[in-house]
Amino acid sequence: MTVTKTQAPVSVDDGRRPAGDGPVGPARSERLTALVQQHGALAVLVIVSLVATFSFDSFATGDNVSNMATSSAFLAIVALGMTFVIITGGIDLSVGSLFALGGVLAAWGSRHGTLVALLLPLVVCGAIGVVNGLLVARSRLAPFIVTLAAMLGARGLMLAITDEGADTYLIGKGSFLAELGQGSTLGLGNPVWIMLALFVAGAVVLRRTRFGQHVYAVGGNEDAAALMGAPVARTKILVYTLSGVLAGLAGALNAAWLASGVTILGNGMELEAISAVVIGGTLLTGGLGHVSGSLVGVLLLKVIQNVINQIGSLDSSYQQVVSGAFLAVVVVAQTWLGRRRQLL
Amino acid sequence: MAPPAEVLAVRGLSKSFPGVRALDDVDLTLHPGEVHALIGENGAGKSTLIKLLTGVYRPDAGDIVFQGDKVSFATPLEAQKAGISTIYQEVNLIPLLSVARNLFLGREPRNRFGLLDSARMNREAEQALGAYGVRVDVRRPLRALGVGAQQMVALARAVASEARIVIMDEPTSSLEPREVETLFSVIRRLRDEGIAVVYVSHRLDELYAVCDTVTVLRDGRRVHHGRLADLDRLSLVSTMLGRELGEVRREGLTKFTGGHHATDSRPVLEARGLTVPHTLHEVSVSIRPGEVVGLGGLLGSGRTETAKAVSGALPTSSGSITVAGIPLRGGSTPAAIRAGISLLPEDRKSEGIVPGLSVRENISLAVLPRLSRFGLVSEARVDSIVDTFVERLRIKASSPRQKVGELSGGNQQKVLLARWLAMNPKVLLLDEPTRGIDVGAKAEVQKLVDELAADGLGVLLISSDLEELIEGSDRVVVLKDGAVVGELTGDEVTEDKLMRTIAGHSPDGDAVEEAATDG
Repeated sequence: MTVTKTQAPVSVDDGRRPAGDGPVGPARSERLTALVQQHGALAVLVIVSLVATFSFDSFATGDNVSNMATSSAFLAIVALGMTFVIITGGIDLSVGSLFALGGVLAAWGSRHGTLVALLLPLVVCGAIGVVNGLLVARSRLAPFIVTLAAMLGARGLMLAITDEGADTYLIGKGSFLAELGQGSTLGLGNPVWIMLALFVAGAVVLRRTRFGQHVYAVGGNEDAAALMGAPVARTKILVYTLSGVLAGLAGALNAAWLASGVTILGNGMELEAISAVVIGGTLLTGGLGHVSGSLVGVLLLKVIQNVINQIGSLDSSYQQVVSGAFLAVVVVAQTWLGRRRQLL
Repeated sequence: MAPPAEVLAVRGLSKSFPGVRALDDVDLTLHPGEVHALIGENGAGKSTLIKLLTGVYRPDAGDIVFQGDKVSFATPLEAQKAGISTIYQEVNLIPLLSVARNLFLGREPRNRFGLLDSARMNREAEQALGAYGVRVDVRRPLRALGVGAQQMVALARAVASEARIVIMDEPTSSLEPREVETLFSVIRRLRDEGIAVVYVSHRLDELYAVCDTVTVLRDGRRVHHGRLADLDRLSLVSTMLGRELGEVRREGLTKFTGGHHATDSRPVLEARGLTVPHTLHEVSVSIRPGEVVGLGGLLGSGRTETAKAVSGALPTSSGSITVAGIPLRGGSTPAAIRAGISLLPEDRKSEGIVPGLSVRENISLAVLPRLSRFGLVSEARVDSIVDTFVERLRIKASSPRQKVGELSGGNQQKVLLARWLAMNPKVLLLDEPTRGIDVGAKAEVQKLVDELAADGLGVLLISSDLEELIEGSDRVVVLKDGAVVGELTGDEVTEDKLMRTIAGHSPDGDAVEEAATDG
């Protein structure tokens, strides 16, 4: 092979070239596509909210908004953990069961003091998350199966504690725990403030810490991440642990809000959380996503539910039909945008 | 060169895998500032040796002494932290992460709160890459870059981590000549800074251009080591292959016979005015039966796209394709396959082989619909086809039931070739058929291309290896920025003429320089 003799500086690439043997595509439309993929859900949320405000007098009232915010908070906390898991390319089906288990443990523990009531669900659900993580990372089992097993196991454990759901533990009025769930600050319920604080922390962790970089790297290309020295196994164990802890916390706060550990909650919540994360622009295949999108996704699901409730004539079962259809549209749009970004 | 102390001393390294002695009692010594060529055919033990040095595998026997201390790395991370960096053949970075974050993954600059300092990261990334002539927006995802630029990011990453030894495993397999020059200047700078480089490549010119010393491995043993200048090319090849010098000399470095297969008959493939927006402009190529037509040009000139457009994998906005005189509807791969066009894609990992399936299943994959009746496949007919091609293409597998993922790169490529030949094509499009496979297998694939053309197939050959393109092609169509800029026939098919055509129309030297600098 002959190499061209030249003293001129060599420039490798202008950065506008796609991977592969092909000429240039415009970078601006790529940015636009990225923008739509990341913030499309937000635009839809704004539009749906505006339409609802003008259509229903009772939508934009303080009470309704505050209720929506509080009921969103629990799902949002679960979706926060799920975002981390999905960005690593995994999935956590156990969060619905952990949510119920967390609630029951908090209510049961409240008889032994606030500290026990708060710590018990976090420790137990976190431990189940650690087991999930170990099985996924060290034993290299599929996250789907591992967390499905945990989902069944955790629900079983919850039923055992409550004598097949016959015992319902109550949280005493006026306790710190009840105040945490039921009280409000500056017009918004305490669970909403806790959720917002967790999202801020989550965003900082994901974007501004090494752990966050590893989460993206593991999901983007696991083999490359390992060769680049990222602690792949540790990162996976941590995200499943985080997901477990957050699901337990969400359950505990929810129990505090309801003043009791309700055993029938959390069914299908894992799927709702996954929907919210995906609607928010996180790729199910991993490597791309952000926590703010997941929050928008949760709000969007809750607003749609609320709107359907406002239309009195519609059976509330239609909530799920609409949510399902919406999710399908989003996934199709995401896939299309994703392909477009790769082609450009 | 009289360096003070060796930076790496490997003594009696051995490693076995079930059924194979991959590395057998190998020694290797590296001094600071030494550029060491590590060569051998695939399966000779190069990869095993590199993986032992970088902590991917642990040796069965032998010592690795790094900077005076006996070491045993448990993970690539440990090796990297100690000062042994590796650049792999395929770019091993995170495509969706930004360029800067890829460059700094694991050693990101942090502010006083312990959080990542993105501004500083982006600034330093820009500077670091600028030193390698890569000027890109470092905030964009890595995959937006060309393969060559990605490889430079990998290089910058390896070098920036204060390495004492940089191992480069076929770093140039996806680089264009001018990028190779940049790589060489980086290697020379590393050498001047006293960093040892282990350079693995199948391209002999590159070895002689940058390497001081050489270790030749064959069948897991070290068969030669010393100064590279003391070993001429033919001796190097014969040492590596274990063949007699006379045989190598007689047969030449490539296996092409010189190519006189072109006949006067009508073209078997006639592509006219193929246009793909932003990609191809009015590209026309015609191939006669028995002819090998080369596609020349740099990365991004539209070679792969031309092959894809012809095979229906890339929809065209205008242009026509006829196969043996019959017009073909564009943009449909099944139609192209039915018409007799087969494409051997550039990236055999992602677009070709199914590693988990057997040799037999991989070969019969495309032809299955033709071998079946009422949806049921005739096993006997599959067996006969598979046996025919395993024999004809000299595929080395323990049995047709062996998984393709376990074969060497050269044999994987032959399995792919067999898959398409089983379809009885009239036109074969070969996109980088010998990339990343060892010298011996390369020669075999080249010989096969010759034989296939002699059998009357029309062949379109794309290769970044100029020697291969020149010696293998009867004619070379030269592309630049998605358009045909020239065609070389007969005696014009030379490296010099090709370089000039790629560089610009005018034959003077200025045009060459311009072309080398316009990014």
